[in-house]
Amino acid sequence: MSNTITKKGDSTKSRLVFAYVVLCFLTVLCLIWFVLLFMSTTQSGSELNVRFQLKIGSSFMTNLKNSINSQNILRGMLNSVIISGSCALLSTYFSTLTAYAIHAYDFRFKGAIFTFILAVMMIPSQVTVLGFVDLLDKLHLTENYTGLIVPSIAAPVTFYYIKQYMESALPLSLVEAARIDGSGEIRTFNSIVLPLMKPAIAVQAIFAFVGQWNNFFVPSQVIIERRDLKTVALLIADLRSMDFKNFDLGQVNMTIFLSIFPTVLIYLILSKHIVGGLALGSVKG
Amino acid sequence: MKNFKKLASGALALAMAGSMFAGCSPKTDSGATTAANKGTAASTGKVLNIWCWNDEFATRMLLVDGYTPTNKDKPLEGGKIGEVTVKFTQVANTDNAYQDTLDKALDKQATAAADDKIDLFLVEADYALKYVDTNYTVDVTQFVSKDDIANQYKYTQEIMTDSNGVLKGLSWQACPGLLFYNREIAKEVLGSDDPATVQTYVSDWSKFQDTAKKMVDKGYLMEPSVNDSYRVYSNNVTKKWVVDKKIQIDDNLKAWAEASKAIYDMGGTKNVDLWGGYSNATDGGCFCVFGPAWLINFCLGYQGNDPTADLGVDDDGNKIVYNTSNVCNKGAWGACVGPQSFYWGGTWMCAASGTDNASEITKIMKSLTCDADTMKKIVTTYDDFVNNQAAMEAMAADTTYSSYVLGGMNPLGLYAEGAKKISLSNLTIYDQGCNETFQTAMEAYFEGKATYDECLEAFYTSIQTKYPGLER
Amino acid sequence: MAQNSSTTSPKKKGAVSYNKWGYIFLIPFFVTYIIFNLVPLFSTIYYSFFKYYREGLNWIGPEFIGFDNYVKLFSDSRIFDYGINTLIMWVIGFVPQILVSLLLASWFSDTRFKLKGARFFKTVIYLPNLIMAAAFAMLFYSLFNAKGAITQLVQSWGWVDSNFDFFKPVWSARILVGLMNFLMWFGNTTILLMAGIMGIDVSLYEAAEVDGANSKQRFWQITMPLLKPIFVYVFVTSLIGGIQMFDVPAILTQYKGTPFAGGKFTTMTLIMYLRQTLTSRDYGTSGALSVILFFITAVLSLLVYRVMYSKKSREA
Repeated sequence: MSNTITKKGDSTKSRLVFAYVVLCFLTVLCLIWFVLLFMSTTQSGSELNVRFQLKIGSSFMTNLKNSINSQNILRGMLNSVIISGSCALLSTYFSTLTAYAIHAYDFRFKGAIFTFILAVMMIPSQVTVLGFVDLLDKLHLTENYTGLIVPSIAAPVTFYYIKQYMESALPLSLVEAARIDGSGEIRTFNSIVLPLMKPAIAVQAIFAFVGQWNNFFVPSQVIIERRDLKTVALLIADLRSMDFKNFDLGQVNMTIFLSIFPTVLIYLILSKHIVGGLALGSVKG
Repeated sequence: MKNFKKLASGALALAMAGSMFAGCSPKTDSGATTAANKGTAASTGKVLNIWCWNDEFATRMLLVDGYTPTNKDKPLEGGKIGEVTVKFTQVANTDNAYQDTLDKALDKQATAAADDKIDLFLVEADYALKYVDTNYTVDVTQFVSKDDIANQYKYTQEIMTDSNGVLKGLSWQACPGLLFYNREIAKEVLGSDDPATVQTYVSDWSKFQDTAKKMVDKGYLMEPSVNDSYRVYSNNVTKKWVVDKKIQIDDNLKAWAEASKAIYDMGGTKNVDLWGGYSNATDGGCFCVFGPAWLINFCLGYQGNDPTADLGVDDDGNKIVYNTSNVCNKGAWGACVGPQSFYWGGTWMCAASGTDNASEITKIMKSLTCDADTMKKIVTTYDDFVNNQAAMEAMAADTTYSSYVLGGMNPLGLYAEGAKKISLSNLTIYDQGCNETFQTAMEAYFEGKATYDECLEAFYTSIQTKYPGLER
Repeated sequence: MAQNSSTTSPKKKGAVSYNKWGYIFLIPFFVTYIIFNLVPLFSTIYYSFFKYYREGLNWIGPEFIGFDNYVKLFSDSRIFDYGINTLIMWVIGFVPQILVSLLLASWFSDTRFKLKGARFFKTVIYLPNLIMAAAFAMLFYSLFNAKGAITQLVQSWGWVDSNFDFFKPVWSARILVGLMNFLMWFGNTTILLMAGIMGIDVSLYEAAEVDGANSKQRFWQITMPLLKPIFVYVFVTSLIGGIQMFDVPAILTQYKGTPFAGGKFTTMTLIMYLRQTLTSRDYGTSGALSVILFFITAVLSLLVYRVMYSKKSREA
């Protein structure tokens, strides 16, 4: 008996060792790129052209200055913040509103509407981009943020996650109580429902923000000529097709670094909520 | 309930109708001309919008009298002519991106606000024709008189003249090409760096191959990239790229592919991309480069002949360091005609219909394309070759002018000779896409990963995606 | 939904007047959805039946041509070639992704397997998912191009010869795309699978243990069968994501889909093809291609929906 226990213990131990080896390998695999990126941002373009070195160089500030000056990356970041921030606000507010409509009220076609939203959840934006850009063209909304921001009011995925959360977090008795107190429906939503939904909204807002920050295909079809309106993702894509003579690798790496940095920072600060929140709605359905 | 149903079905109907209308909107025939547009431009605009694909024009603008740049180190940031703000919109040229974006903007020209309208746009030889016979461009003789432009090379005007004889664009440069050779390598391998002697080693394509062999044997590259000689072959074709919507591959293009493949295979060049190759030439490891005058300033990194000069700061605000190993800076290039004469590129200014900046456009066009003094300054500053036959021929004969980059020779005579031979009669509106796609498609052939015919297939599929109306 | 209707009893007075707010609150979503999604969808479908493109500065069409655009698309091998490219690069990423994720999920969710630093590892493996794909691709390009840091390193170690370029051989270009997809998605999949495993009733494991099942047996005979719906979910959603593959190969190859080998562009994906038709402003072909992609994703979405639905009904 004791034999089997030791054996079992041994096998668990060896499994544990194996697990750590695998996990460490994956950690390296996930992070090595960013380490190399960071090293590159500290070496100057001419140094990099000769040979990349596994070291921290001294050109970080120079590269930062160059990237800001010639890529106009700060403007790009501001643009990205404006778009992503607006999208995060709109999509979470209106998704909560939509979820609330389905959750708290009872009306005909409710089931059909819910099914409809679930059904369209998976339609990728790419397959309607032709009609989308055509529409914006006709409304004179190209080279403009309207077409990138307003559509986020209808965000089926955000809606779905919030709806999942709402089922467990919003007892309808609370809504009833508010009504008895004479609160109007809109006020009830804004002052009772929204605060209760905060955890889910926060997680979804982060995802909406990051998703929009990283969005590339649709913006690339909407913002083409106005360099001053381009988002970070578009500036990154421009880098790839830059005139060869301006190809300063130190600066390229710095621009990449700056485009990644904000999301990584947000993530590291809020990772507990994000990783936890992920599983929240995802498989529960 | 009923209301909702109505709403829903109404919305759906609206959506449908919207899309139907969308398809039927009278977007067609926006550009086809019926009659020439003489549209006289006003001079009331506060903003002069210029469309371009790189900073070349913006730097030439610095020589225009009365133009004050915001920051002369960053010419694309624009500036002022008097009270009028000059604004550049730059869209990269690759993959037809510039023309496509420009076309989209021109579509909206009629409805755009006055200060958003395009006033001046630049076009390249490869697609200039597209804009000539349309209402999008206006007669430029309202800005400059026929006398003003009498000295320009005729070919630069012929291409921009529409079917009604109206001139639609002007250029400050003429782009005859030469073969630039590295004098040090010429001396070492061929025994002389005299242009006439070197010419005998490259006077036809088979001698060119023999010379390539010699270069490889001595450890040098013959040309910076396989695409280097492309324009020399593609200018000397007998067929247009497209006739009656049918794509035609001239035999000379296949000849280019095979000749370049031979040089690539013997190690005479190692780059299959055009722009990436030039660093081989500036570093001094490569015998020759085909190019027009603008190549020197634009691709070979010439920084002037004074190593101690203050070169100012670059785009990034760093002090520019003088590169002493650059062949240009050593003044170590030579120039000769090469196997065949050719031209490459050329940029024209077109005034867009709807412009309200006539007086500023006049100022720019006069100064850059008519004024002999400004034009000579372009030559002496940038080693370019300009669109003024009389001035160029005079300068060619002027023994006091010599090009530092070209080891003190005066190349203007060679250019002037070449400029006379330029004919743009084989151009079509599809040339940019065709030339670019053909070169890209052949990459795999050079690298030995696909046969010529397979690459040709790839060319056909790509070009038909780019220009859906073309047939094989 | 059944429980909702029972709480707000329709018989209660005044309930009906409240319920109109349900419609009112749905208006923003639906108006936006109709304008920015349905209208474009219908106009995309509409254009797919027309010959309509730009020729020089002119427009050709629109001229109704029925299914000609579709016929043209299918008579050309590109749509199949690019579909296969997309699939290959997706598989290169997906196979390791599902294997690694399963392994990690089983470790993370096994309470008796006292893994220290689990939170740290979870945080790290999810990180690449939040990185901008375009920037990540640009980073890979800057590291793996002919003069890139990693190319220089492997050259200096003598693993490859001195003119090796990761973007020239077909296999290495595709593996790079697959590797990036793997890195960006295995953390996400791990978390999904973990949630699935934790959803399995603990008593099942306890019973199995009493019966003398070891951890291997417990994994294969309880965890795996019960995870099947989640596998299908992960598989199909990942495939839908795979069909949309664009940012990574587009940035890596500058939209070219190179290397070109055997008469094909080997990293060109379906959405990159769609972009080509969009930039050349060929509305007809672009519309038809969009509709085809729409149908493929619709069918796959239906599958997801069925998996989710059947799971729900089983739990009930």
